[in-house]
Amino acid sequence: MCTMITHQAKINGSGKGKDGWFAVNQVNVSYDHPYHVPLEHALNIDFVNEAEGPGARVAVELTLESARNLVETIHAVLARAQAGGYVEESTKAEG
Amino acid sequence: MVQTNMYEGMLAETVTIHGANHDVINAYFARPLGAGPFPGMVVIHHAPGWDEWYREATRKFAHYGYAAISPNLYCREGHGTPEDVGAKVRAAGGVPDVHVVGDIEGAMRYLRSLPYINGKVGVFGTCSGGRNAFFLACRVKGFDAAVECWGGRVVMPKEDLTPKQPVAPIDYTKELSCPLLGIFGNEDKSPSPEQVNQHEAELKKHGKNYEFHRYDGAGHGFFYYDRPAYRQEQAVDGWKKIFAFLEKHLSK
Repeated sequence: MCTMITHQAKINGSGKGKDGWFAVNQVNVSYDHPYHVPLEHALNIDFVNEAEGPGARVAVELTLESARNLVETIHAVLARAQAGGYVEESTKAEG
Repeated sequence: MVQTNMYEGMLAETVTIHGANHDVINAYFARPLGAGPFPGMVVIHHAPGWDEWYREATRKFAHYGYAAISPNLYCREGHGTPEDVGAKVRAAGGVPDVHVVGDIEGAMRYLRSLPYINGKVGVFGTCSGGRNAFFLACRVKGFDAAVECWGGRVVMPKEDLTPKQPVAPIDYTKELSCPLLGIFGNEDKSPSPEQVNQHEAELKKHGKNYEFHRYDGAGHGFFYYDRPAYRQEQAVDGWKKIFAFLEKHLSK
């Protein structure tokens, strides 16, 4: 892509794709050309499992403001869960 | 130019060719029906992938009388929808230039092997495909004309160089071996007008045969009718410039 601004992180969880749920083990985050949202550049997030092929992907393309809101919202929810004593740091998806 | 009383036909299909390292890759090929001879065009897809727009562009060249081929530069990355494969490549930071060179050279050699080619082959691309059209016209002999549409990352600061893209294409300008047409939007960020200036200065410095057209009111990707970047007036004029340039350099 034209900016080539991309980061990857290992994750552990599930995503729902076109064929139903599958295990996701990597998230690809980029700021580059999106496929659908009508912007030249967007914050693109792909939850993937490369071992299952390119189609094992749950994608979102966000405006910058939306991306920042998402980050803040995730932090707020995690903080509330932590404060409520619900968080077990060692939690991992099974299987 | 098509006349309303003339016969017109086209064949368009997926084929396989030998790319870099003699790997078998797939390609989309379209040509006019008839004995020819036809000039050839290699159509290099953009970073979002080997997609519908590129199939349409390949057929557009065939409609204008060219045997046109668009190699799938992402063939080694697995198969799926063009978007899914493109997203995988986006996350991986693109594909290596060494594969790009071999795959596009393979497409050019495929065209030159056909009995109905007139002996002339051009190369076209947009976005990263535009970069690669210029890049290939520098790196490989065998092209007679190159069309670079808004080639991002022709000019690359050192911090943007990677093992996959170790040298900025502008550094190969001296080796450009055919006439170059450049189409750019003045509101583009990649390449920015300043980068287009650098690109042009380097071409001038080496006495290359080129023509650049820079459009006001247009940014990146202004030919893409399915994106908000589309600019009708500039796109129509850009295509007109492209076919006039190719007619001049590839018809005889």
